[in-house]
Amino acid sequence: MKKILFMFWLSLLSMPFTGIKGGAYLFGGILVSYGVYFLLANIYGRTKIPSVPVNTGLLMIALIIFSLLLPLFLSDYYTDVAVLAGIYIILALGVNVVLGSTGLLHLGFAAFYGIGAYSNALLTTNFGLGFWSALPLTLVITSAAGLLLSFPALRLRGDYLAIVTLGFGEIIRLVLNNWDSVTRGPNGISNVPSPFIMGFEVGSLMYFYYLVLGFVLLAAFIVNRVHRSRTGRAWLSIREDETAAEAMGVNTRKYKFMALTFGAFWAGLAGALFASKMHFVSPESFTFMESVFVVCMIILGGLGSIPGVLLGSLILVLLPELLREFQLYRMLALGVGLVLMMIFRPQGLIKIS
Amino acid sequence: MILDVRALTKIFGGLKAIEEVSFKVRRGTILSIIGPNGAGKTTLFNCLTGVLPPTKGKVLFEEEDVTHKRAYEITAKGIARTFQNIRVFGSMSVLENVMIGQHTRSKEGLLTAIMGTRKFLKEEDEIKSRAFEYLQFAGIQDYSDVLAGNLPYGDQKRLEIARALATEPKLLLLDEPAAGMNPQETKELMELIRRIREWGKTVIIIEHDMKVVMGISDRIVVLDHGVKIAEGTPNEIQNNPYVIEAYLGKEEVF
Repeated sequence: MKKILFMFWLSLLSMPFTGIKGGAYLFGGILVSYGVYFLLANIYGRTKIPSVPVNTGLLMIALIIFSLLLPLFLSDYYTDVAVLAGIYIILALGVNVVLGSTGLLHLGFAAFYGIGAYSNALLTTNFGLGFWSALPLTLVITSAAGLLLSFPALRLRGDYLAIVTLGFGEIIRLVLNNWDSVTRGPNGISNVPSPFIMGFEVGSLMYFYYLVLGFVLLAAFIVNRVHRSRTGRAWLSIREDETAAEAMGVNTRKYKFMALTFGAFWAGLAGALFASKMHFVSPESFTFMESVFVVCMIILGGLGSIPGVLLGSLILVLLPELLREFQLYRMLALGVGLVLMMIFRPQGLIKIS
Repeated sequence: MILDVRALTKIFGGLKAIEEVSFKVRRGTILSIIGPNGAGKTTLFNCLTGVLPPTKGKVLFEEEDVTHKRAYEITAKGIARTFQNIRVFGSMSVLENVMIGQHTRSKEGLLTAIMGTRKFLKEEDEIKSRAFEYLQFAGIQDYSDVLAGNLPYGDQKRLEIARALATEPKLLLLDEPAAGMNPQETKELMELIRRIREWGKTVIIIEHDMKVVMGISDRIVVLDHGVKIAEGTPNEIQNNPYVIEAYLGKEEVF
C-alpha cells in the first residue's frame, strides 16, 4: 500500500513536465509494471530477479578498448561530459573507500575535492609550478587535510559523524569563499594552466580525456588492489561490525584514519584534474550538493563495489546531460531515482561479489 | 595461571554490574561462568576483552596487566572471544570472516598491496590457507564462499569460533556458544570445545545449558547480581547451597 501511495506521489510530482494526462499514464504504467514484477517475484522467488553475471576480465578489456576509442566518435560537448565523468569517477572511488568499504557516512567530501582543486590552482598560478610538480604537493596537502579533519570526526559514529562531516565540508567552503587574500573569495582563481607532458601541452579536450582516462584506470587499479588486501578486509570488517572488528584485532581507529586519508587522496587528485581542466576554480563548485551527488553515485552503483562506482558515476553525470530539457527537475529525478533504488534494489546496481 | 582477575568492578551509573570479582584460570583448562540472567557474565567478558573499560580492579594475562588495553591490543596478546548475539561480518564471505581473524598475525600494508609484491602475495596465500584450516577445524569448510549472513544459525556460531581461533589465541572466551542449538548441535559443539582444549588452548565459557557446563568444565565460577557467590569443580557447585539458592530461591524454614 505504501508503495502504491509512493507511486501516486511520484506521478503527481511528474505532472509539471508530463502534464496531467502524462502523469496519469506514468502512474498506470508504474502500477502495471510493479504488478508484473510482484507476480514474477512471487512465482520465481525474489532472489531470481536479475543479478547480472559478469565475466570481469573480458568485460574490463572491452571497456578499456571502448573508452580508448570513444573520443574519436564523440563531439566536443560529449568529450567534455566524458572528462567530467572521469573526474567524478576518481572522486567517487575515493569516497567509496570511506563510505562503501569502511561504512563511514562522510558528507563533507566536497571539501577534499575543493582543497585539491585550490591547492593545484594556487600552486600553479602563484608559484609557477607545473601540473606535475604541483600534483604531489596537492596530494600531500589533501591527504593531510583528510587526516587532520578525521581526528575530531572519528570519535563519532553513524548519524553524528554525518552531521559533523557535513559541517566540515561547509567550513572549508566558507573559508574558500571568505579568505579573500589567498583564495580571491567568490571570484575564484582563473588561468589555471593545463598540464604538460614532455613539453607538450595537454590543452585540447581529447588529450585531456586520455589523461583523465589514465588516472581513472590507475585509481581503479590501485583501489581494487587495496580493496582485496588485508587493509581492505579490515575496512570491510569495520563497516560490518565495529565492535567485532576490534575484538578480532583490527585497530579500528587507525584503519578509519587510513580510510579517510586514502579517500581524501583520490578526492585531491580529482580536484587537481578539475582545476586544470576548467582553468578556473571557485567555491561554488564545492558545495554540499557535490558531496551528496557523489554519495548518490555510490549508493546507486552499489556500496563498496568498484564496478558499481564506475557505473553509478557515469549514470549520474550523463543522465543530467541527456535530460537537459528538464534542468529544473534534475534534483527531483535524482531523489526519485534513489527512492526507487531503495525499494527495488537496495544493494545497488552492481553487488559486491 | 594464564589469567588472573583481581577485584574487577564495573559500575554503570548507579548499577554495579560486577562487583569485586576475582578468580584465576589455569592454563589448558575449561572454566565455566554461570549465573542467572543479569548476573553480569557478559559484562565480565566485555571487561576482560577491552570492549568495556572496568571501573576498578585488575586483569592480568600471563602476568601482564592488560586492564586498560584496547580490545585489539588484548586480541593481539592472545585473548579471543565470541559474542552472545552473533556478530559475524554478514556481507563478507565465510572465508573472509576467518581471514579477518588473521589480521593481528599478519602485517602487509597498503604499499606492498598496491605493488602486489611477492611478499604480499605470499602472505595473502598463507592467510587464506590458514583461514581454511580453521574452517575445517570448525567443520564449515564447505561454506567458505557463502556470505556469512546467509549461514544457518548454528553454523554462524561455529564461524564465530573459527574466526576467534584464527586470531591464534591462548585464551578463548565463548559467550553462550550453545544458546539456541538443538541437542545434536550441542553435542557437536561440546566435542569442538574439547578439541580446542586438547589443542592446548584455555577456554572460558558462559553457558546456561547445564549439561554442557557440567560435562566439560574443569572449574565453575558462579555469579549472582554481579558478585561471585561460588567457585569450584562441577561436583562442588552442584551441591553448593548458595548456588541452589541463586537458581531456585531460598528454602522456607518453618
